[in-house]
Amino acid sequence: MIQYIIRRFFYAFPLLLGVNILTFVLFFIVNSPDDMARMQLGQKHVTEQSIANWKQQHGYDRPLLWNPKASGEEKVTQTIFYQKSVGLFLFRFGVSDSGRNIGADIQERMWPSLALALPTLIVGLLVDVTFALMMVLFRGGTLEQAGIVLCVALMSISSLFYIIGGQFIVAKVLKLVPISGYDDGLIAIKFLILPVLIGVFSGVGSGVRWYRTLFLEEVEKDYVRTARAKGLSETQTLFRHVLRNALIPILTGVVVILPLLFMGSLIMESFFSIPGLGSYTIDAINSQDFAIVRTMVFLGSVLYVVGLLLTDISYTLVDPRVRLS
Amino acid sequence: MVILWTDALIFLLILVVCALGFYWHDKEHIKRPLQKIAASKVGVASLVVLLFFVFIGLLDSVHFKPGQGKNNELISCLDYLAKPLIEQGEKTYSAPFAARLYSKEVIVLDDGTTKWGYPRLVFGGSHLKNPDIELLPDILKKAFYGLAQGVALSGLFMLSYLGIRYQRQNKLARFGEAPASTKTALLVTFIIVSLGYTLIYLSSYYHVFGTDKVGEDVFYQTIKSIRTGLVLGTLTTLIMLPLAIVFGILAGFFQGWLDDIIQYLYTTLNSIPSVLLIAASILMVQVYITNHEQDFTSVIMRADMRLLFLCLILGVTNWTGLCRLLRAETLKLREMEYVQAAHALGVKKSIILVRHILPNLMHIILISVVLDFSSLVLAEAVLSYINIGVDPTTYSWGNMINGARLEMAREPIVWWSLSAAFIFMFGLVLAANLFADTVQNAFDPRHNS
Repeated sequence: MIQYIIRRFFYAFPLLLGVNILTFVLFFIVNSPDDMARMQLGQKHVTEQSIANWKQQHGYDRPLLWNPKASGEEKVTQTIFYQKSVGLFLFRFGVSDSGRNIGADIQERMWPSLALALPTLIVGLLVDVTFALMMVLFRGGTLEQAGIVLCVALMSISSLFYIIGGQFIVAKVLKLVPISGYDDGLIAIKFLILPVLIGVFSGVGSGVRWYRTLFLEEVEKDYVRTARAKGLSETQTLFRHVLRNALIPILTGVVVILPLLFMGSLIMESFFSIPGLGSYTIDAINSQDFAIVRTMVFLGSVLYVVGLLLTDISYTLVDPRVRLS
Repeated sequence: MVILWTDALIFLLILVVCALGFYWHDKEHIKRPLQKIAASKVGVASLVVLLFFVFIGLLDSVHFKPGQGKNNELISCLDYLAKPLIEQGEKTYSAPFAARLYSKEVIVLDDGTTKWGYPRLVFGGSHLKNPDIELLPDILKKAFYGLAQGVALSGLFMLSYLGIRYQRQNKLARFGEAPASTKTALLVTFIIVSLGYTLIYLSSYYHVFGTDKVGEDVFYQTIKSIRTGLVLGTLTTLIMLPLAIVFGILAGFFQGWLDDIIQYLYTTLNSIPSVLLIAASILMVQVYITNHEQDFTSVIMRADMRLLFLCLILGVTNWTGLCRLLRAETLKLREMEYVQAAHALGVKKSIILVRHILPNLMHIILISVVLDFSSLVLAEAVLSYINIGVDPTTYSWGNMINGARLEMAREPIVWWSLSAAFIFMFGLVLAANLFADTVQNAFDPRHNS
């Protein structure tokens, strides 16, 4: 097991290297640092001097891949690729284009993101599975048909409308909770209820449909027929046999996205002005802060790789038939 | 006629679809699922709705330069047809079917005195003498006229259809004998044509969905947005398919180092959160466009370029899922007996790929294309909200929502932009989802129970 984890760790390395090269190509080869400087400083009346200053300030004044002027190993290390990419690997994120420490920002903003994403995931999972089970229980009837139609209709509404509608009805007309904002400590709950509810609601359509197909696949199997033949009632077979076996794909599906919860939800956070990583990313995109966007891309892929690893491990924990080798 | 990049690709797409249709028209294994789709009421109804959207989108894809002027302005056929809507703008917000502006202003009366009140609109309801009394009866009257004309028009359409049937069968085809799905199709066509005509008729007297902040007709905006949604939904798949098909088949069929490389490629791409990858790419495109401004002469060309880039980026980030599916299926297919037999008979590998593997992957490709369409249309709205979607000057539902979002905080609220975007977007996505379900049921062998 531990051997396996170590090996997976080494597999992750080329993957992250690939991500790094890709972002490097995107950010530095497609457009030179000069282009970025010109973009940041505005198009008109930019002197060569101010571009050079900007580049020096942000550490873009080195050659891209190979530094012929330096000596010894510095030929490689004194380059943009080395400075900017290796820093990411060592989780030294450096300074954003606006001059703030990215690492500290991320540590601080991670928690509000998690406070929003984790309850959304858990409540959403419970609601989705419950409704999916109900639909499987009443399968073949009009109730299921209505459920399917409702699911498709809910899926067809853009998430933006859920947020705007929810904010309008719950916060503006009924005035039950504040429209947006965030606070530390327990007061945060007041601000988090609405986004969590909306997050759950906007995912219900596709979620229920997905879990329903999982359950339906399971219901067809032989052991379920045997359970029914033994005289168990439909609810008993569903909860004792179908649900428990369907939990394996459900669990692994959840584990994959678990680490990514840290990244937060882009739209939710910016609509509800929650100071998490999602709104951090959006702000960076809007102010065209390349350093932050690059860091977030890298962080996202690290978390994804971690998620894959966790999935494999969780498989062995819940399903004794699977052995890692 | 001027052909923009996206226009050209759309026409290419139509050509490809026609060619495929021609190639498949006598293939038995494709015919059966198609008949299944044709027999499904929901499938046919959603297809008709989709075709109407496609029709509007195509009208909007034929661009030309109006007149012989020197200006770089480009208009589409749709713009040409909707000329009154473009030209008859108002000053600012006005509610649907309103005859007066939404906000109070100083009005100069005929005798030179001024008054504080709601001024009349330039276009909406300008034929009325006294809108306070006449407005509602006039709207109802016009709606009735429009509906009557629409019903007459679609009735004519139905009659001609029955006429064709009569010609073909040489006997009077009674409506009752037609299969249920044909009736559904006719009914949906009837409803859409009648309602659409009513809307068009009314829009030549009123702003049916009101006007926005700068006084532009919202109905026109939503109609223009259809093309953006369709382009994103279809062109992205056009870009994604070759990548997914070629890489998926190669990886599955040849295995070895090729498989390793391709797997590495898509795992790497997959491990980057797609929104961030899109954001990073769009940022780079923006830098490119601002630094090469001289290459993009008109606003519409720049917007078109950005739309194309967005499709390209979405295509590059989206092919991995399908590629993985195709690889797995090819792995399964290459062990099949008929493929082994072809091997043993000395058939070339390339011919095996084209003749035996590719046709058996078609159902997966088809299903994923229709499934992706609706999610792409929805994604556009979200991306436009984060400012990494289409150009802000492009008409799109995402931009409409984005612009109207802050108006919800106004007192009294401006709700019509959002509602109009909601109705049309919901219509398109719902139809696409329902159609995707039908296609999946018809083509997926696992559903053939």
